[in-house]
Amino acid sequence: MAHAQKLEIFRGTLKFKSNTDKIWGVLILLSVITAIEVVLGIYKPDILMGHIAGMKVLNWIFIILTIVKAYYITWDFMHMRDEKAGLRNAVVWTAIFLISYLSFVLLTEGGYIESVYSSGYITHDF
Amino acid sequence: MNNTVVNTGTEGKAWGGGKEPLDASYGKMMMWFFIVSDALTFSGFLAAYGFSRFKFIDSWPIADEVFTHVPFMHGQDLPMIYVAFMTFVLIMSSVTMVLAVDAGHHLNKQKVTIYMFLTIIGGLIFVGSQAWEWNTFIKGEYGAVQTRSGNLLQFVNAEGHRVAISDFAIADHSDRAQHEKKNGLWFTSEGSLPPFSVNEVVKGFEANENILIRTEVLNENGQKTLLSRAESIKQLKSNGQLVVQGANLEVNEYGKPIFADFFFFITGFHGFHVLSGIVLNIIIFFNVLVGTYERRKSYEMVEKVGLYWHFVDLVWVFVFTFFYLV
Repeated sequence: MAHAQKLEIFRGTLKFKSNTDKIWGVLILLSVITAIEVVLGIYKPDILMGHIAGMKVLNWIFIILTIVKAYYITWDFMHMRDEKAGLRNAVVWTAIFLISYLSFVLLTEGGYIESVYSSGYITHDF
Repeated sequence: MNNTVVNTGTEGKAWGGGKEPLDASYGKMMMWFFIVSDALTFSGFLAAYGFSRFKFIDSWPIADEVFTHVPFMHGQDLPMIYVAFMTFVLIMSSVTMVLAVDAGHHLNKQKVTIYMFLTIIGGLIFVGSQAWEWNTFIKGEYGAVQTRSGNLLQFVNAEGHRVAISDFAIADHSDRAQHEKKNGLWFTSEGSLPPFSVNEVVKGFEANENILIRTEVLNENGQKTLLSRAESIKQLKSNGQLVVQGANLEVNEYGKPIFADFFFFITGFHGFHVLSGIVLNIIIFFNVLVGTYERRKSYEMVEKVGLYWHFVDLVWVFVFTFFYLV
């Protein structure tokens, strides 16, 4: 509570006058990102239907935008920006490492089972 | 012997003791570590969802076709509008929460009270919306026929719009009675009977020339595969086994039953978090009202509950992406 709050986002390119201003600024940013997601989700532009690394470009965009949103919620709403680096790293990197590991393992396994189904030795439509 | 004080050589250093090296109170730090563990629980669920989805990558339900309803806009096809509204409500209540925390830093009791109140209202709107969403999902809209292998046959008209089973099935009075505990095998009973039998659906299907069947399998454009009329009748007659209306933990008219299971489990677990967040917020709200933190000269409790509340918002951002967008 006692420590000073950092009032700039975008690596200092946007600096707010007060903490309240910053909160509203971040709200606008989050709302814009959500609006972009919803519009893309409804119209699904054809250009974004190609595949990169096994997933649609559109889905990559959604996931990246989600992580951007998560970053601003954690950093500005939860005031992670103002915490000591030790606490920040203990929380953030632990979660990032374990979540990436878990997702990688489970998604790889799911993909493998799909390949078993589709390569024809087992039928699941009889 | 002079004294037993041991010098460790770390006096005055960050971790030498007698300080808060992380500059955070015990309560706040523990809230952060709780959040880490809860985040892992949620990612476990979402990763399991991803596992099932990758397993059935070519036949997973299309979210845009499942969540199309908005309250008071009956019969209109509005994918994602309502869930976007829910997301916005939750982000908004996060904002009022962080404003309450900010007012707490300035020891402004009146503002903290107002913002906490708005946060609670936002949470209640969100939980209410989720209850409505569950209700719509459970009731279902069109109905479908499940095949022997557990796949799903859905009905569409010539324009490619979904057709509800109740609109074309021809009811014949088969009087198939629901099995109750009191007769037949002891102490076994079945749930409510589906509204129509497969035979009634087949009859209605044969009488309506312009209805076709689509399967769960996605074609190369990411849409469900449409069968020809002859193929439709063949599929329905030889494989149709159960008429499915709505969704529960066993059957699901929108696609794979496991999709419904994950929907109930993940949004339910998240909704439970929102509910407990509301309860915590209400407790803190009354503490603010009676002036507990005013006397303590510290509103850190608001900050800790705020962390939890933002976390609930954070999880929703991911649930929103993985259930409704991707």
